[in-house]
Amino acid sequence: MQYNVLEYLERTVQEFPDKIAYANESTGITFREVYNQARAIGTFLSKKGVYKQPVVVFMNKCPEAVAAFFGVVYGGDFYVPIEEEMPRFRIQLILNNLNPRAIICDQASKKVMDTFHFGGEVYIYDEMVVTSIDEDALGRIRETAIDTDPIYVIYTSGSTGIPKGVVACHRSVIDYIESLSEVLGVDQNTVFGNQTPFCFDASLKELYSTIKAGATTYIIPKNLFMFPVKLVEFLNRYQINTVCWVVPALTMISALGTLDKTKPECLRTIAFGSEVFPIKQFNLWRRALPDAQFINLYGPTEATGMCCYFKVDRPFEEGEVLPIGRPFKNTEIILLDQNNRVPARGELGEICVRGTSLTLGYYKAFDKTYEVFVQNPLNNAYPENIYRTGDLGRYNDRGELVFVSRKDHQIKHMGHRVELGEIEVNVNMIEGIKSACCVYDEEGKKIVLFFVGEASEKEVAATLRERLPRYMLPNRIEVLEVMPLTTNGKIDRKSLKEQINAKKKEK
Amino acid sequence: METLLEILKELHPEVDFENCDTLIDDNVLDSFDIITIIAEISSEYDVNIPAEEIVPENFNSAKALYALIKRLSDE
Repeated sequence: MQYNVLEYLERTVQEFPDKIAYANESTGITFREVYNQARAIGTFLSKKGVYKQPVVVFMNKCPEAVAAFFGVVYGGDFYVPIEEEMPRFRIQLILNNLNPRAIICDQASKKVMDTFHFGGEVYIYDEMVVTSIDEDALGRIRETAIDTDPIYVIYTSGSTGIPKGVVACHRSVIDYIESLSEVLGVDQNTVFGNQTPFCFDASLKELYSTIKAGATTYIIPKNLFMFPVKLVEFLNRYQINTVCWVVPALTMISALGTLDKTKPECLRTIAFGSEVFPIKQFNLWRRALPDAQFINLYGPTEATGMCCYFKVDRPFEEGEVLPIGRPFKNTEIILLDQNNRVPARGELGEICVRGTSLTLGYYKAFDKTYEVFVQNPLNNAYPENIYRTGDLGRYNDRGELVFVSRKDHQIKHMGHRVELGEIEVNVNMIEGIKSACCVYDEEGKKIVLFFVGEASEKEVAATLRERLPRYMLPNRIEVLEVMPLTTNGKIDRKSLKEQINAKKKEK
Repeated sequence: METLLEILKELHPEVDFENCDTLIDDNVLDSFDIITIIAEISSEYDVNIPAEEIVPENFNSAKALYALIKRLSDE
């Protein structure tokens, strides 16, 4: 039985030592290099006495960053990926939450990291990997490791304005990667094209499936996701046959008419998630690649990546919805209604996840953890946690699970999970703001911010830019004289939504 | 040009679109912006930008983008 994610790497390095594991346009590293560099980093951390600690990896998105992740795990620590594109304010919040003793940087990112406040040490990747590997030290670390030890913390949007760090362990990642590779059909011939940033759990799919199966992952430059023809050229140049992308990355290609001009010739498995795939766009893809396998994936970060899948097995027409299908092996989905009972077949319920794939909870946030990692209300005999996703779903006539909506103000935008409350908290912190509310225009896929106060739209936009990630920035900002309120004094979101729709009609 | 500047300002009120010529190189615009801009141009100017014209050179400045619109509407 496998207890540690590193066993994937250790098996694969025996079989394919000289095969490229991770690459980008300019450089690639083999499994042997990943293995050796990771063990050097583990040794380095152990020498510094950094053990069972969060270790931030703040590097440019490159193949070596992946080796750094595994290096942290070799050291008996858990990694926290942070990217330079995150706004400074958010990075500082994360550093405050973690109080890390060690941060791994490259030469360029070190200069940026030096401008932040934290108590730990910054170590340079290139200097760490020349450490001579201490097999004994690494052996001792492994011997005492258990599969419920954490391996990473990944931050997700929090409605109070503070991002929540989701802590995952060996066991949940192994459980996930085993089922996922089976569903995607990953083997040594798989060539992934990675789109998602390493600071999201979405990238686990490529990073871990690659070491499990001896596959190869190409990291696609972010810039190409603006330029569809160049993106398809990239896929063809590196003969990429498998992608697991957020839906907007795929619709960007199809909506701009790219597939009429050029096609990703080698793609055979196209998995997608993060939000609902509009059928019109989906059908453009299916027509362009009729022999490819399309797989809809669904799952929250709190359940280690994905927990449901649907292999598209029939034509879908506009107006229909792609189901999220069925749970992965060794995972159960429970629907619960408002009274914590299982609703009748076909009725709406909150999607709750039960199984080993549940993560450990939020880092240094017990109260937040206990709000959503709760005792299974259907079990009154012994302790058993389920995760309440806050997503509402139901079963269709075929018995397939379908996502319907959210029960709160969390949205999916540009492939990311966003708490509208987090944006509002940040607006309210700006001087002169009296009241703020964000509404999501689902049709136009825009976050619209309404506010009352002294500041100008321009000032608000500029301040938010410093504090929030790109995908959380409002797409439109409107100043109001007064905020509409409901009879019991809450901000009237419905009326704001109606304002958006009325404006559209004017046009 | 006025209409185009309005479209761009609506997306990023804090950017000086009259003078910036590194909209792509300096990551001012992202993929969401590009899609929005293309959709707005299509409805305001009745011009469809074909996939092969969606390249960095055409989106680095408002001027370059306007030249593209002019060229496509003349064709």
